[in-house]
Amino acid sequence: MIQDETLIIDSGGANVASLLFAFERLGVPARLSNDPADLAAARRAVLPGVGAAGDAMARLRASGMDVAVRAFRGPLLGICLGMQLLFERSDEGDTPTLGLVPGKVSALTPSPRLPSPHMGWNTLQSLRDDPLLAGIGPDDWFYFVHGYHVAAGVDFPSLLARTDYGTAIAAAVRCENYCGVQFHPERSGEAGARVLRNFLERC
Amino acid sequence: MRHSSVGLLTEMLARRLIPCLDVRDGQVVKGVRFRDHRVVGDILGLAERYRDEGADELVFYDITASPQGRSVDRSWVARVARVLDIPFCVAGGIRSVADAEAVLAAGAEKVSVNSPALEDPSLIDRLAQRFGSQCVVVGIDSAAERSTSPATRWRVHRYTGDVRRSGEADRDTLEWLREAQDRGAGEIVLNCMGSDGVRRGYDIEQLAAARERCHVPLVASGGAGETAHFIEVFRAAGVDAALAASVFHSGELPIPRLKTELRGAGILVRPPTTASRPPCTSPPTI
Repeated sequence: MIQDETLIIDSGGANVASLLFAFERLGVPARLSNDPADLAAARRAVLPGVGAAGDAMARLRASGMDVAVRAFRGPLLGICLGMQLLFERSDEGDTPTLGLVPGKVSALTPSPRLPSPHMGWNTLQSLRDDPLLAGIGPDDWFYFVHGYHVAAGVDFPSLLARTDYGTAIAAAVRCENYCGVQFHPERSGEAGARVLRNFLERC
Repeated sequence: MRHSSVGLLTEMLARRLIPCLDVRDGQVVKGVRFRDHRVVGDILGLAERYRDEGADELVFYDITASPQGRSVDRSWVARVARVLDIPFCVAGGIRSVADAEAVLAAGAEKVSVNSPALEDPSLIDRLAQRFGSQCVVVGIDSAAERSTSPATRWRVHRYTGDVRRSGEADRDTLEWLREAQDRGAGEIVLNCMGSDGVRRGYDIEQLAAARERCHVPLVASGGAGETAHFIEVFRAAGVDAALAASVFHSGELPIPRLKTELRGAGILVRPPTTASRPPCTSPPTI
């Protein structure tokens, strides 16, 4: 089996193509797979995901990827729903998730003033020094689109950065080799490309 | 902590500027819809230009007529997805979950449905269940009712891209907006037909009424002609994003200038792109 550089876990989400293109633009093609053996052999992995937590967990369990992700010791980056799945539980369909980062996911409360999903470009605050966010500052903008969130009103150890949308939202997290971002780096221009490059080169 | 202290949350979500490009047979065209189209440019060239100017998102409105019983060639979607590092939405001709799947799998962030959702509203539910609400935009073409009732009411129009079929759908705009959200729409684009194409400003009254009832992001469409119109629609109607076509395509209002002026007026937008970008084909750095 070939030692893959970067494996994108096929979580069945609709953003897989844009992620593959993003790595291609960085000159580091990634490979898509839902085979746990491929993940075990990969050097680093990305867990993307859009859609519902319950569906995504069901797909990961069906392929055995849930077990493989828990056993994975290389750098792993969860994106959007993929970040949320790293936590213990999601209120979305009351779903137990991977449990690799302490904490839980809850719904944003929509209103005409603060529509949900939180959709559009936002900045990061309270950044912790971390290789994933090297070179990223409070003036860099990232594209978010999500209706569920990890509350970050109170600081917690795995929190790397938060974003403000009427409420404080966890925007980047890390627990050991598992890191995650709530925004879409593959659709966040130069700043997003920087985060992906950091993940490839520094994590 | 390297930056601002915890507890000081100053920034908020930026308002978005969204150029809309009409696409036919994989080319960007200009003209009265479904008539007299003139090719204005290569789709990739224009996508890259808007990306570099700081557009926050792009909408590609595919007006390719569907040949009887055949599907439309959308191979351009993957080509656009390959170069764009900002989100984009494909509108026009999405009639089924399979249509949406093809476009999303090729790399689009969102699909926008309009007349097919009026024909079969359950299409919205099925798209939201399959892909999540964040992928599902509902476009609404709407105009004030021709009546003398005391309060203005607005009616949904359908098939607005086809002069032979265009007309009022039997629906109240605000009622349809509520239903579309209930069924799982993740964003609403409200195209105000009364102001569309005349560049005298967005329909603030209608958009503000929609905003009051809209719990998902609301995109204003129709009427942009100058910076003041954007300031007004963000301030007075509270929309999340403003879509425009001709004012951007003509070059009259370049996005960097518009963004600078909006920021000067105190409206939070992502700053215009300043840094020069490395070419897409930059060699591997690891």
